Amino acid sequence: MTETVIRATDVTRTFMISAGAFRGKKPLRAVNGINLEVERGEVLALVGESGCGKTTLAKMLLGLLPPTSGTIELTGQPVNSIHRLEMAKLVQPVFQDPYSSLNPRKSIGSIITLPLRVQNDPNPETWRKRAEEIMELVGLPSRLFNNYPNQLSGGQRQRVAIARALINRPEVVICDEPTSALDVSVQSQILNLLQDLRKELNLTYVVISHNLAVVEHIATRVAVMYLGRIVEQTETATLFDAPEHPYTEALLKSVLTPDPSLGIPDTQLGAAYPNPVNPPSGCTFHPRCAKVMGQCSEIAPTPTKRPHGHVECHLYDDTAKPERAAS
Amino acid sequence: MSERILEVGNLTVDIPVGNGMLHAVQGVSFHVDKGETLCIVGESGCGKSLTSLAIMDLLPSKAIRNANTLELDGEDILNVPERRMSDIRGNTMGMIFQEPMTSLNPAFTIGNQMVEILKRHRNVSNAEARDRAIYLLEKVGITAAASRLSQYPHQLSGGLRQRVMIAMTLMCGPDLIIADEPTTALDVTIQAQILLLLAELQREFEMGLILITHDLGVVARIADRVAVMYAGEVVEEGTANQVFNRPTHPYTQGLLECIPIPGKTERGKPLGSIPGIVPSLVGRFEACHFADRCPFAMDSCTDGNIALRPANEAGHAYRCLLSPEQCAANAKTKGVA
Ligand SMILES: Nc1ncnc2c1ncn2[C@@H]1O[C@H](COP(=O)(O)OP(=O)(O)OP(=O)(O)O)[C@@H](O)[C@H]1O
Ligand SMILES: Nc1ncnc2c1ncn2[C@@H]1O[C@H](COP(=O)(O)OP(=O)(O)OP(=O)(O)O)[C@@H](O)[C@H]1O
Ligand SMILES: [Mg+2]
Ligand SMILES: [Mg+2]
Repeated sequence: MTETVIRATDVTRTFMISAGAFRGKKPLRAVNGINLEVERGEVLALVGESGCGKTTLAKMLLGLLPPTSGTIELTGQPVNSIHRLEMAKLVQPVFQDPYSSLNPRKSIGSIITLPLRVQNDPNPETWRKRAEEIMELVGLPSRLFNNYPNQLSGGQRQRVAIARALINRPEVVICDEPTSALDVSVQSQILNLLQDLRKELNLTYVVISHNLAVVEHIATRVAVMYLGRIVEQTETATLFDAPEHPYTEALLKSVLTPDPSLGIPDTQLGAAYPNPVNPPSGCTFHPRCAKVMGQCSEIAPTPTKRPHGHVECHLYDDTAKPERAAS
Repeated sequence: MSERILEVGNLTVDIPVGNGMLHAVQGVSFHVDKGETLCIVGESGCGKSLTSLAIMDLLPSKAIRNANTLELDGEDILNVPERRMSDIRGNTMGMIFQEPMTSLNPAFTIGNQMVEILKRHRNVSNAEARDRAIYLLEKVGITAAASRLSQYPHQLSGGLRQRVMIAMTLMCGPDLIIADEPTTALDVTIQAQILLLLAELQREFEMGLILITHDLGVVARIADRVAVMYAGEVVEEGTANQVFNRPTHPYTQGLLECIPIPGKTERGKPLGSIPGIVPSLVGRFEACHFADRCPFAMDSCTDGNIALRPANEAGHAYRCLLSPEQCAANAKTKGVA
C-alpha cells in the first residue's frame, strides 16, 4: 500500500521585488505552478539551476513560507492547518548553509537537543544520551558536546544540523544540500546513514542537491526544476539512463568526473540564466535550448505523461511531428 | 620563465583551546606561480580554510601564526604592519569564501559594496567605479547587470551571490585569488560555468589561483597542481595527473575510492568510505596522522613524525613510510590506479 506523504497542488510563490528606480515592484515567480506527490519511503531529489526555486519550494513544504496560491498537504492535512509543534514532529529541515542555520551562542549539545526542548520531551534525563547517540551516528565526536559552532569546521557543523533534524525521528526530512559541505569520505557515510534511517523508520526524504552523483545514489525519483517549474520528473534510473528534457541532458553533461585529462565541460547553456522577473516567452528554457523549435518561443509546453513520470517540452507533445514523437 | 606569486614555507597555525593547544596547520609549504592553479583538497577540518586565512592574515584573533616564509610577489607579508596588509587584501590578493554572505554585507546594495572596494584602494570617481562594477558583473555572466547594482545580497540566489563575489574580488585586479569552496553550494551547470569562468578570468588576467575544495571532480578538471591535506599536514603533492593517476598516499587512495563515478560505480551500491574520524589536533602527537584509519598501518607508523618524501616522478611527493612501489601496488589492488 502506498501512502502519499507530500502532496503539492498548483503551488506558486511570488516575491515582489524592486525592478529598479522609479519602476516600482514587479512579481518574481520563484515557484510557478508545481504539482508533486511523494509516497512514504521515497527519496525525491530536486535538482536544477541556482535560483530555480528549490529552496523556496522546500520552505513551503516545511511550512516556513506560505504559498501565494495552491495547496500543500502533509500526510493528508493541509500544511496551514497543522500546529507548529505538530509540524516540527512531522517534518524537519537540514539546510544548505551550516553557518547561518546554527545559533553561534548555543553549544553543540544544546543545538542538537533543542527540538526535544521545544517539544517538551518528557524525559530530559535521556537527552544527553540521545544526543550523543545521534552524534555518533553522524560521525561527530561526543567531546564536541560542549563546544560552539565557531569551533567546528564546515563539515562538522553540517553534521550537527543533521543530528538536530533526526533526533526527533520526524516522518519527512527535507535536506537542502545535505552533503555539499562534507568531505567525500564523510559524505558516503552520511548517505548510507540517511538510507539506513529511512529504511528503519520509514522516513521520506526530499533532497536538494547539485551533486548528481549523490542524487543518483540516494534518490528514488528525481524532479528537474527550471525557473519555478518541474520540467521533468521520473524514476532515477530512467532519468540518468534516458534523459528526455534538453535541460536535463545539459545537466547530466556538466557532471565533473575526476579525470585530469578532461577540462571543464562547456554546458552549451551560455551564461545567460534568464532574469526571473522577466522570463522568456513560451517555454522559458527556449533561449538556451539546443533543440529549440518554432513554437517554443510562443507556446508554453504543458506536462506530457511518460512511462515513469512526465516531461514538459514540445518535443514530447502529443501533437508534435510524428517523427519527433516516435524518436 | 614562470613567475612566483606566492611562497609559503613551513606555515603553522596554533589555536589555544580550553584543553590545550590546537595545532591546526602543521608545517605546510607550497607555492603558486603566475597563471597557475593549485588545488588544496582534504577532509573537513584538516586546516584548508585556516591555511588560506593565515595567508590573508584574517585568522581569528587568538590564533597564532608562524612561518619560515610567506611572500607575495616577493614581498614579505609575514611581518608587515596591518595598514599595509589591509592594502594588500582585496587589492593584490582577493578571497572568495565558501559562503558569499560572509563577505557580502546584507545592509548595503551590491553596487555600493563593489564601488566601495575599488574606491578604498584606487583613486577613482563613483562613476568610474560603477562602470567597472557593471563591466565585471557582465563578465561573470550576470544579466541586467546595471539593475542588479541596486539589489541587496539576500535578494539573490546562491549562484548569483557567488558570481557577485567573484566580480567583487576582481574589482582591483588582484595577482592572487584564494577561493575557498567557491562552488560548493551550487548546482552542476552553474558550478561548471563558474569554474570555467574562474579559469578563463585567471588566464585573461594571469592570476594565481588557490582553489580549496573537497570535490575531487573539480580538482581533477581544473588543477595544475594538487596538495592533499590531512589533519593539518600536506600528505601528498603533485600534478593533477600524478595525484589522480598515480595516487600514492593511502589517504589519497581512500578518497578516490569514496567517490561515485557516473557510468562506473554501480547504481545503488554503497560507496566506499574511510572508517573512523580525524584525530584531535589538540596536543602534539609524533606519528603518522592517518595511521589509525589506514588499511596499511604498521607498528613503525606511530614511532614518530613522517616526513614528506619524493615519489618516483619529479614534483610528486608523499608522506608515508611505504615505498612508492608498495603504494603503487596498493593502488592497483584498490582499483584506483
Ligand atoms: N525573500 C526573497 N525576496 C525576493 N526574491 C527572492 C526571495 N527569496 C528567493 N527569491 C528569488 O526566488 C528565486 C528562487 O530562489 P531559491 O532560493 O528558491 O532558489 P534555489 O533553487 O534554492 O537556488 P540555489 O540553488 O542557488 O540555492 C530566485 O530568483 C531568488 O532570487
Ligand atoms: N576559531 C576556532 N577555534 C578553535 N578551533 C578552530 C577554530 N577555527 C577552526 N578550528 C579548528 O581548526 C581545524 C581546521 O579548521 P579549518 O576551518 O581550517 O578546516 P577546513 O579544512 O577548512 O574544513 P572544511 O572542509 O570543513 O571547511 C578544525 O579542527 C577546526 O575545528
Ligand atoms: Mg537553495
Ligand atoms: Mg573550510
